[in-house]
Amino acid sequence: MSAAAATAAASYSLVRQPAMETGLLEVSMGPHHPSTHGVFRMDVRLDGETVVALKPVFGYLHRNHEKLAEGMSYLASMPFTDRLDYFNSMTNNWAYALAAEQLLPIEVPERAQYLRVIMAELTRLVNHTSLVGFFLNDLGALGTPLLYAFRERERILDLFEQASGARMMCNYFRFGGLRCDVPEGWLARARAVVDAFPRFLDEFEKLLCENEIVLARTQRVGVLSGAQAVNAGITGPMLRASGVNYDLRKVDRYGIYERFAFRVPLGSAGDCYDRFMIRLLEMRESLKILDAALRDIPTGPVMGNAPRVFKPAASETYGRVESPKGELGFYLIADGTTKPYRYRVRPPSFINLTVLEDLCVGHTIADAVVILGSVDIVLGEVDR
Amino acid sequence: MSTPAWHEPVLQQFPAVRWDGAARALIVPPELARAVAEWLTQPDHGAWDFCSNVTGVDYLPREVKEKSKRPDGTEEIVVRTEPGSLQVVYHLYSVAQRSGPLVLKQVVPRQAPAAVSLTPVWRSCELQEREVYDLFGVSFEGHPDLRRILMWDEFTGHPMRKDYAEPQDYEWEPTPHGDVLEKHRRGKVIIA
Amino acid sequence: MTEQINVVAQEVPGFTRAELEQAGVLLSSVEGLYNWARGGSVWPLTFGLACCAIEMIASATSRFDIARFGSEVFRPSPRQADLMIVSGTVTKKMAPQVVRIYNQMPEPKWVIAMGACAISGGPFKQGYNVLKGIDRYLPVDVYLPGCPPRPEAVLQALNYLQEKILNIRIEQDPAFTAGRRQYPVPRFTGTDLEPPYNPEVWRPPANPNTEPARPKKAATA
Repeated sequence: MSAAAATAAASYSLVRQPAMETGLLEVSMGPHHPSTHGVFRMDVRLDGETVVALKPVFGYLHRNHEKLAEGMSYLASMPFTDRLDYFNSMTNNWAYALAAEQLLPIEVPERAQYLRVIMAELTRLVNHTSLVGFFLNDLGALGTPLLYAFRERERILDLFEQASGARMMCNYFRFGGLRCDVPEGWLARARAVVDAFPRFLDEFEKLLCENEIVLARTQRVGVLSGAQAVNAGITGPMLRASGVNYDLRKVDRYGIYERFAFRVPLGSAGDCYDRFMIRLLEMRESLKILDAALRDIPTGPVMGNAPRVFKPAASETYGRVESPKGELGFYLIADGTTKPYRYRVRPPSFINLTVLEDLCVGHTIADAVVILGSVDIVLGEVDR
Repeated sequence: MSTPAWHEPVLQQFPAVRWDGAARALIVPPELARAVAEWLTQPDHGAWDFCSNVTGVDYLPREVKEKSKRPDGTEEIVVRTEPGSLQVVYHLYSVAQRSGPLVLKQVVPRQAPAAVSLTPVWRSCELQEREVYDLFGVSFEGHPDLRRILMWDEFTGHPMRKDYAEPQDYEWEPTPHGDVLEKHRRGKVIIA
Repeated sequence: MTEQINVVAQEVPGFTRAELEQAGVLLSSVEGLYNWARGGSVWPLTFGLACCAIEMIASATSRFDIARFGSEVFRPSPRQADLMIVSGTVTKKMAPQVVRIYNQMPEPKWVIAMGACAISGGPFKQGYNVLKGIDRYLPVDVYLPGCPPRPEAVLQALNYLQEKILNIRIEQDPAFTAGRRQYPVPRFTGTDLEPPYNPEVWRPPANPNTEPARPKKAATA
C-alpha cells in the first residue's frame, strides 16, 4: 500500500467514525437564488440537510415607496401601488382607493363598484394561478405547470390591457371610481375567459392534486396552527389554510361583496398542501363571484363626483382589502394639504414571513423552499 | 365614519391612557403599553388578538401661533414651539369578535426614542417593529431581535424621519423639474 | 457579417458567393461563424430583481417563447450564463451583489438593462435606497425602456443584442481582449455606496451651466 493510499484510507475511516460529530453548516440562500421568488435571502443553519435555524433577510428591493409617496400628491401614488405586489396591481389600487375614500368620502357609482369586484377577482385568479405554477416549480415540477399557469394568466392580462392599457401595471382605479370604462365588448370577452377557466382548473387539479410526489412533499410540511397564525398576524389564504375563518370580503364587506354568494374555503391541517389547495378552491369561488358580477353589472358612469384636487382635512385612516396574498392595508395621515403626511402600506406577504422560521425548523432545506413557496411572497411588497 | 366605543373600557381601566379624538387613537404611555396590550387580548376585554399594522410617524418640532388675550382685552399672537415626537402606531383587530380597528399609539421623544415592544403580546409586531427601528430609529425594549431590517447593517441614518438628508447621488439633468430642480438649486447633484 | 463573408468569398477566384452557395458551398469567416453561433445561443441568467422579472419570465413562456431566438436556457448559475438581464430596480443594498454576480460570469458576457429602473432608477429614482441606473457600475449593452417592458420588447432587446454580437470583431471587442472583466464591488458606508459609481464605465454628465435657470416669478408678486 502506498503512502498516499494509506493516508486516504485513514481519512476515510476517520469520516466513518461513529463518534465523529458533524458541524453545523451555514448557508446564505439568496438574494440571487432561483427559488426565493426574487431578491429574498434566508440565512439558514443546517445540520446535515435539516434546518436548525433560519433568519430571513430583507431589504434588497426596498425602493422607498412610503418616503416617495409622502412627497407627492395623493393620486400620484396610485401608479406606485401597482408596483408593490406586481402580480396584483388591481387589488393594490383598490386598497389605496379605499383608504383615500375613507379620508374624503366620495360616492362610487354602481358600475364602478361592479367593475372593481370583477377586476379584483380576475387579479385573484392571476395571482393564484401564478402562485401554483411557481409553487410546483419549487417542488421540482420545473416549468410545465408554470407554463400552463402563465397561459391562463396571459388571457386575463389581455383583459387588463384592453381595459387599462397595461398588462401588469394597470393604474386603473381612481378615488371615487375608475379611470375609464371598459371598452365595448370587454364584458363578453371577460365572460369567455371566465367560462373557459374551470376547464383549466379541472385539468390542473386532475394532474396535480392527487399526485403522489405533491402529496409527499407538501402534507405535514410547515404546519401552522390557527392560534399561532392569528397571533403572528398571518392573513389571507395562509391564515385560512390554518382553519381560521377570516376573509375581509366577508368581515369588512367593503365594496359590494355582500351582494355575492361565495364560500370561504378553510384548511384543516395548516400545512403546505392546505395552503396550495386553498388557492385552487379560492379560484373556484372567485369564478362564482365573477359569474354573478358579469351577469348583474349595470350600465352607467364609472367615476363619482370626485373633487378636482384631492385635499382631505387633517385626519387619519386605515383601509384594508383582502388582497390575494392577505390583508393589504393603507394607513394614511392627512394634514390638510394635497400630500399625505404619512403613508404606510401594510404588506401582507412581509408579515406572513414572521413565522417562516417556525415553519421551516426541523424540515429539510428542500422543504424550506416549498414552505417559502407556499407563503406566497412578492418582494416588491415585502420590501416596498 | 363613526367608530364604536371600544376604547372606553381601556380608559376606565387605565386612567393614564388618553384618547385622541381627532386621530381616534389611544395614547398609551410606553411604560404602560405592555400591561394595556396584555389586558386587551383578554376575551372579556375585547379579545384584540390580531395586531394588523405597526408603523411609526415622525412629527418635527413646529411653531404654533396662538391668539391670547391680554388683561386689557387686546389680543396678541404668541408663538410657541411644540416639541416634535415619534409615534408608534398599532392597529388592532379582533379575529374572534370580528371588530376593529382599535388604534394604540406610543408617543416617544425624538431624541433617544425608546418604546416598549409589544412583540411578546402580538408576534406580528416582530418584523414591523424592526422596521420602525430601522427607518425611524425608535428602539423597542423587550424586542427579541432588534436589528436593521431594510437598510444594510452599516447604515447610520433613519430615512423615514422627516429631516433625513438623502445622499448626493443625482446626476445633472438638462431639464430638471419638481424636487429634482430643488436638488439642482442646492447643488446636490453629482457633476463631472 | 455579410460584408466579411463577401471578403472571403472574393478570395475564391472566378466565383461569386451566390454561385458557390448554389453549388452547396457555404463560405464564412471563422469570426462570422462564431458570432452567428454565439448570437443564436445566448444563455440568460435566471436573475429577477423586481416587476420586470415577471415579464422576463413571461417572455420565456409558451405565448412569447424566447426559445425561438435560442435563449430559452435560463441558467441559475452565473458561471454558465452569457447574458445578464437586469430586470428591475437595483437598490443600493442589492447593487454589490449584482456587480459580484457579473464578475462571476465568464466572458464573453453581455448586459441588458431591462426597464426604467435598471436604466436610471425610473419612477423610484428619488428614493434614498435606489441606485440611479445599473450602468453606474456595469457596462450595459442594450437599454430596454418600459415600466415594465412587454415580453415582445424583451425579445426585441435580444434581437438587438444578437445583431450586436454578429458584428463583433473578436480581435477588438473587450469581451475577448480584456480578459475576464471584473469590476470593483461597491462597499456599504453609513449613508451610501462607496464609490457611488465606477468611473471606468460611467461618468456623470458635465453641466454646461453652473446653475439651471430659475423659473421666473411674476413681476407683480
